[in-house]
Amino acid sequence: MLIYKATELVNFAQGDLMMLGAFTCYMFVVWYGLGYWIAFALAMLLVALFGAALDAAVLRRVIGQPQFAVVMLTIGLGAIFRSAASITWGSEIYTLPTPFSAKATRLAGVTVSHEYVAIIAGTVALCAALYAFFTYTRVGVAMQAASQNQLAAYYMGIPVKRMFSLIWAISAGVAAIAGVLLAPVSLIDINLGFIGLKAFAAAVLGGFGSIPGALVGGVTIGLIELLSGAYLPQGFKDVAAYVVLLVVLAVRPQGMFGTVGRKKV
Amino acid sequence: MRFLFKTAYAQDLGLFRDAVQRKTYVALLVALLVLPKLVPDYLVDVTLVFIYGLCGLSLMTLAGYTGLVSLGHAAFLGIGAYAHVFFVHDWHLPWVLSVALAAAVTAGAGVLVGLPALRMTGVYLSIATLAFALIIQEVFTRWERVTGGLKGKPVDKPVLFGVSFANDVAFYFLCLGVLIGALWLTANVLRSPTGRAWVAIRDSEIAAQSMGVNLAIYKTMAFGYSAGLMGVAGALFAHKIGFLAPDIFTVLLSIQFLLMVVVGGLGSLHGAVYGAVFVAMVPVVISQARDAVPAWAATLAGPLGKPAAAGAFQAVDRFVKQPGLEPGIFGLILVLFILFEPLGIYGRWAKIKLYFSLFPLYKRATFRRQRAYMRSERLR
Repeated sequence: MLIYKATELVNFAQGDLMMLGAFTCYMFVVWYGLGYWIAFALAMLLVALFGAALDAAVLRRVIGQPQFAVVMLTIGLGAIFRSAASITWGSEIYTLPTPFSAKATRLAGVTVSHEYVAIIAGTVALCAALYAFFTYTRVGVAMQAASQNQLAAYYMGIPVKRMFSLIWAISAGVAAIAGVLLAPVSLIDINLGFIGLKAFAAAVLGGFGSIPGALVGGVTIGLIELLSGAYLPQGFKDVAAYVVLLVVLAVRPQGMFGTVGRKKV
Repeated sequence: MRFLFKTAYAQDLGLFRDAVQRKTYVALLVALLVLPKLVPDYLVDVTLVFIYGLCGLSLMTLAGYTGLVSLGHAAFLGIGAYAHVFFVHDWHLPWVLSVALAAAVTAGAGVLVGLPALRMTGVYLSIATLAFALIIQEVFTRWERVTGGLKGKPVDKPVLFGVSFANDVAFYFLCLGVLIGALWLTANVLRSPTGRAWVAIRDSEIAAQSMGVNLAIYKTMAFGYSAGLMGVAGALFAHKIGFLAPDIFTVLLSIQFLLMVVVGGLGSLHGAVYGAVFVAMVPVVISQARDAVPAWAATLAGPLGKPAAAGAFQAVDRFVKQPGLEPGIFGLILVLFILFEPLGIYGRWAKIKLYFSLFPLYKRATFRRQRAYMRSERLR
């Protein structure tokens, strides 16, 4: 599971987009009886479209305003999404049936269930794809430019508005994928989004704005959680990620792979 | 437009700008003193406004004046509440001493959070405070000897100097007194060199540093002061709700506090109070609307015939009775304010006032904010 950040936008509604993705997929699979993969693709597309629409309607207005405005805005949006989801789908907890459910493989003496394999494989594939996209394609580089300096990017002929919509679409789509991958493990309910907070820990640990960093950070956080669940008293598992987050922020705020930015006068 | 010419140093030192302002505040105070006689039914809600006002004041000094956005203020409220209850119930300390100790403990926690915060700016800080709040919430759940864990902890009514503040009216005056004291203190701190240093840090850290403001000391002070106020608010809050449980002090509460300062208007003490009124009153309004709105819908659909009216009534009724609606409404309000009135209620009030005092000459550009399109410009 991973939240990716290549833009300057910090999205506190990411976890709620994940939740929306998981619910949409559940709706397609269970209510409309579609296949898992079709539902997966549809959910991703729908949420991505939703992200783009969100940008066009709401978030575009705060471009250029202090980061605080964006943070508050996404927090507000997240609350709206949660409320809308609880009205649409109710507050029950659902399980999403998947092709990998209840199967496990013994690998080198360790039992690994297929769900986790799917999550790991999906995450790695996604990261690789995103990394390639941002490094090698024209659009990806244009996006990075747009996030660095909107004015200069605009002068260079990059359609900044469209780029931002696209960034939001991709970001929402990725969130939907994460939500769907996570759904079989953690069950779907409207508070799925709070797991997204742990993704912040991963992103900060790896360094904001660095895609390999986010991957490494995510794996590290996951490992720390597992280990603290096994070796430390009860209760530590839930907060381990946040403790790590605080320590990292105190010691090395830019994370493992981050860059330090300071205004030059 | 009136121009105020200052002719004596006393005018600069005075807390109020002129006699008119002073009289306005005195009138407000008198109104608040007779309020319990006028609206005895809503007294509990008004008391909550005062406590929220303290919280808003606390977050306003941090977010509105020092520019450090905290997403974990509910944790400070919780620390204050639990510390106070622990001191009063388990150690049997006098009330005033206990509140002071609770404020000190909370301020200490604030400084602890503030120390790593020295190296962070903007979003990192918000995330760090959020993480802190989540950890503290877990601590409230697990540290059963002090907090009572998930079973919760009952709170007695406050007793000051042998006088019980058990009834609502007495507690109302207690909260009012504390709020006025805190407002007076904060207004004075903000006029002092410390307050000016905070504002300088908010506007530009680099400029402040160049002018000789010690970032580390002043940021930590801001955190400590804000957390200390929150501790006092927590003590009152504990008495207000009468029962402490870990699931009160959630992230949602922190977000409500932020909503308060944003809706009220960042960077003004008035804003903190307006925001508190707003946040405390919205649930009341919502619960009233829950009963009223279905009837309106039925009236609207009335011309379409009786079945349509009944259908509208039922549909709307089912919709507004949804439990998840309230946070959504809070979120919606937050989004609308950020989009259309970033300066909050206070900003709107200032604009209206300026419009009339400049009457034909008001221009919208007065309040336009410059936008920063470069990454380096957004770093402060």
